[in-house]
Order: sequence, then structure tokens, then C-alpha cells
Amino acid sequence: MRVKPTLQTATLLFTLLSSAHAHGGATADAALKKGFLRCGVNTGITGFAQPDSNGEWRGVDVDFCRAVGAALFGDARKVRYTPLTAQQRFTALQSGEVDLLARNTTWTMSRDTSLGLNFVGINFYDGQGFMVARRLKVKSAKELNGAAICVQSGTTTELNLADYFRAKNMKFKPVVIEKLEEVLNAYFAGRCDVYTTDVSGLISARVSRAVNPADHIILPEVISKEPFGPAVRHGDDHWFDVVKWTLFATIEAEDLGLTSKNIEQQAQSHDPAVQRFVGVKGDFGKMLGLDNRWAYNIIKQVGNYGESFDRNLTPLGLDRGLNKLWNRGGLMYAPPMR
Amino acid sequence: MGSLNQLRIRSVAYQTLLAAALILAAWYLSANVVENLGQRQIASGFGFLAREAGFEIGETTFLSYDAADTYLRALAVGFLNTFRAASLAIIVSTLLGALIGLARLSRNWLLAKIAAGYVEVIRNVPLVVQLFFWYAVITDLLPAPAEALNPLPGVFLSNRGFGFPTLVALAPIELNYPVLSGFNFSGGGLLSPEFAALFLGLALYTAAFIGEIVRAGILAVDHGQFEAAYSLGHSQRQVMRCIVLPQALRIIVPPLTSQFLNCTKNSSLAVAIGYPDLVSIANTTINQTGQAIEGIAIIMLVYLTISLAISGFMNWYNRRIVLRGNKR
Repeated sequence: MRVKPTLQTATLLFTLLSSAHAHGGATADAALKKGFLRCGVNTGITGFAQPDSNGEWRGVDVDFCRAVGAALFGDARKVRYTPLTAQQRFTALQSGEVDLLARNTTWTMSRDTSLGLNFVGINFYDGQGFMVARRLKVKSAKELNGAAICVQSGTTTELNLADYFRAKNMKFKPVVIEKLEEVLNAYFAGRCDVYTTDVSGLISARVSRAVNPADHIILPEVISKEPFGPAVRHGDDHWFDVVKWTLFATIEAEDLGLTSKNIEQQAQSHDPAVQRFVGVKGDFGKMLGLDNRWAYNIIKQVGNYGESFDRNLTPLGLDRGLNKLWNRGGLMYAPPMR
Repeated sequence: MGSLNQLRIRSVAYQTLLAAALILAAWYLSANVVENLGQRQIASGFGFLAREAGFEIGETTFLSYDAADTYLRALAVGFLNTFRAASLAIIVSTLLGALIGLARLSRNWLLAKIAAGYVEVIRNVPLVVQLFFWYAVITDLLPAPAEALNPLPGVFLSNRGFGFPTLVALAPIELNYPVLSGFNFSGGGLLSPEFAALFLGLALYTAAFIGEIVRAGILAVDHGQFEAAYSLGHSQRQVMRCIVLPQALRIIVPPLTSQFLNCTKNSSLAVAIGYPDLVSIANTTINQTGQAIEGIAIIMLVYLTISLAISGFMNWYNRRIVLRGNKR
């Protein structure tokens, strides 16, 4: 069980033991040479990253990896997925085991600084909530004094939970387990009164794991801000730009009304913003060291942000909420491509 | 004389060179680590130990803890939790293992076969699978706290653990009983399902190996010793207790030490079932601070210290029981 993180620490140690080497487009070059992108994803959370019955990875985080693949290779299929637990994810990225981490990971200040990572932006706005069995007749998180609470280790969730109960002067018994699968087993077996994680994770678990989803309710309190974002290592600004603008391209495409269905026909458009986007005008791909059709490839092969959301998260009963575009009451906003 | 001196000088020179090379290599590697960490702006050093941990721990041994305490205290709590589970498992597995070893040698056919079956099943299933099994048995089969089993007054069995009365005062005897309040039991003592599963799994698993060591130790005692003792008119019990076991112990102790070490190290599988042992707490610490190298170094240092302490003690015990003539 402990083999993997230890191995990663060993890899990290060896990378660090080897003498310092200069970076500069190194990540993209290495990926191009290998012929595929290595993307760190969740071990299995419906809607974000999970293999389907054919073994194909699906989810918004997986779509993001595919989008970077499409931008870099012109082929969204050139991605290899590394499933990572919450514990393993940062070490895997630091040690170079993955090129990119897209694993419903909350952007926090300490992670962005002292972990040696750069978050490229936000691809999902979430917050931490609580799920309880309906039969306990709990109506609010304020009634949870003395409860046993199941939580996955190595997450911001663990800290928010302690903060919330301290602020409210309440006590709780945490049951902290590393593997998501085992946390859910413990909660659904009744080991805990409460399961806490990001609201999207609660909804995903309720839909995919509960015998009868209606037996579990999600309490109204959302106790934290959990902005999820893809992250890369410090020290390769070029790679940081590529991944960041891939995220912006998926948002900008939705803003421009470009979808995987209409982009081929829209490529003929006279709208200068669309012409820049699809690479007919300007050299925006070259600025990133990529083909000028990079954004066209992303949308053609993966689709825009809204399409990915509708495909993966809407079926779970997740509302777009804060994840709507900025001009439709949400927070999704891309800087101009010009 | 001259050649001897030369030999000694050469040997000293070689050793100095080797030591210098090792120090140089260590210096080179650690300088690289520091430089690379700095270049990637990954924090390093042990300063984080004094910072507030900010996370809660499910259960503590001897030491009180809450989220406002430091990482150092959190790690100490983890260490004590490891110590509690491992030491109890070592004691129980030694007793159980001795019984199993004797049972395998018993003339009672059924008893011997049951003991053999136990050893083969337990020894050949990975420990982590057994831990999941016990954890599932406890959390899935036992009822919720509101419907807890109450086999004895003050004793409660539920999927929140095993609640029992604790002694508050001796004269007059005063007990603190667990009472269901709100979601869970409070008051009295409570063994959590995580602890119970880890303890059961470790003790039963290690006992299977110890059983085999005990059996081998007894079988290794020269058969003539049995015959001589019986011919002197000793009973079977006397032969075992006074003649065979003292001799077998000399053979048993060294491999037993390895089993104690294994049991301690295996307790780190606790992380799989959510028991807050040292590895679990250190992993959380690593994840919150991002300082993997320091965290792993702490884990390694602590296990090394525990293991050296156990083998130091067992070596001392071994020297005490070894035959004078066999002393090496």
C-alpha cells in the first residue's frame, strides 16, 4: 500500500539529487519526443476522471488533459493518464512523473508557492459541504456536534473541517482514509455519520455509490471556497503558458459560440475574433510555440468548456452555478486572445 | 615488522580514502538537493514542525491533541498510536503463536489439523487484505450506535467501536460507563473499529508466523533429550516445561526478533483503514506542507529507532538465555 508514495518520494529524491539543469520549453519538448503527454488525474471520481466500461477515461479533468494533448500534438488521444490519490498528486508532479496535474485540486496559496507548483487557472468553482443519511434527521451542519466524519487524507477538506468545528466550538471524530474508494465504503457502511468533501464530490458519490441516492442529503452549508485548477511545476514558463492558454481557449470558445459541432463551418467566419481563434489570422499558435490551429484542434476534438461540463457533470445533477460564463452570471472568464 | 606496519598503514589509508569518498558523495548529493529545492522554490527544512497542524486526529494515546497543536505534537501522537497498536499486537501474537506452535505438535489429531489450517490460511493471505476484511466485518456487520449490542452491562458493540466501562476510583469502586449521547457514545473507554481491525489483523497474522517458529524450535531440540527425560520418569508436562522449552527458546528468540520487527513495520498498513498511526499522520503532514523528503526522513528515523530498540532488547535477552558454552 505504501509502495507508491515512497517510490515517488524516491523518484523526487533522485531528481533532486541529480545536478541542477536548466529548463526552457523542456516539458513540451520531452513530451513531443516521447509522443504522449502524461497527465495526473483522480483515481476515480465520476464526472471529473473515471474510466468508463471500455476503459476510456472520462470527465472534465480528463477533457482538459485531452485539450492539452490536442494543442500540443494536434491529437487529443496522445495522453497517458496516471491515477493519483490526494496524497500522491503533488509529489508525482514535483518529481516529473506527470507533466500536468488535472485532478480536481484546490488552488491554495501554500500549494502555489511552497510546493513548487503553478496553478494555471480555475476549471471548476466548488465549495466543501456535508452529506448525511436522511434517517439521522439532521437539517444543518450546526447540528453535527459529536459526529463521526469520514474524510479523505491529504486534502484541504481535512483542514477546513477542523477550522469549521473550531470556529463553531463543536467536536467531531475524524476517520481519515487515504483511498477515496475506502472512505466511501466506510461512510456507506455507517462507520461515520457524515461524509465531507467538495459538493461536486458529494453529488458524484451519491449518484454513483449510494444504494438509494434519496437516502442521503447534502446539508445547505458550504464551508469553504474550493477553486479547482490544473497545475504544472515551477521552472518551465513556456509549459505554464501552453497549459494556461489551453484552459482559456476552452472558455473563450464557449464565449464565442464555437463548439465541436460548428467549428469547422465557423472557420469560414468573417468575425476577426473567430478568425484569430481558429488560426486563420494572426500567429497565436506560434506565440505558444505550437501550430496555429492549436485552438481549432482543441475545440474540434474535445469541445468547449460548456460542452465538457454538459457531457460530464450535468448528467450527475450538478448545476453550472458559479461555473457559468462571466456574462451569464458565473465566474468563467478568459483574457482576450489578441 | 616493517611489512606489518606497511599493511597497517595501507589499511588505514584505504579506510580514510573510503570515508572521504563517502562524505564527499553525501555532501555532493545533499548540496544538489538543497540547490534543486531552492531552484524549484520548494520549501525545505524542519521549521514546519513548530507550526500549527490545523487538522484533527481521530484517536490519541496518552497525549492530548487538538487542531491548534503543532505538527511535532501530531507526529508524536502518531508515534504513540503506532506504539500502542504494535506493542499490544506483539504481546498477543506471542502468546497466541506459542499456543498454535504447541497445538501443531499435539497428539490430538483435530487440534493439530486446526492449528495447521490456521497457519496456512493466515500466513498465505496478504495482511492488507486481512485488515480490509476485519474492518469490513466490524463496520458492516455491527449495528449503528443507536442499536448497539449490549452483551454485558456497560459494554457496547457497534460500528463505532467497542465501548466499555473504565475504572475511575478503586475504593470504593467507581466506574465510568459509556452512554449514547447524540451521534456517538461518550464516557467510558472506546476501542475504535480502526484500532480493533489493525490490532486483530496484526496479532492474528504475526501469530501464524510465530507458531511456526515455536514449532520449529521445539522440533530442533535433540530427540535424545525427550527420551532421556521420559526414561527418568518425568511427565509430558514436565518434559516440555523443564527440559524442552528452555532449550527451544534459544533457537526461537533470534527469528522471533524478526517477527517483532515485522509486526511493528507492518503496523504502517494502518493508513489503508484509517487508523491514525505515524505514517498516516506523516503523510498528512507531507501533503499539507509539501515537504516530502523531511516527512519520509522522519518516518524512516522513527521506525529505525523502534526497530533498533526492539533488536537491542532481544539481543540482550538472547545473550542471557544462551548456553554458556555456546556463547559467541
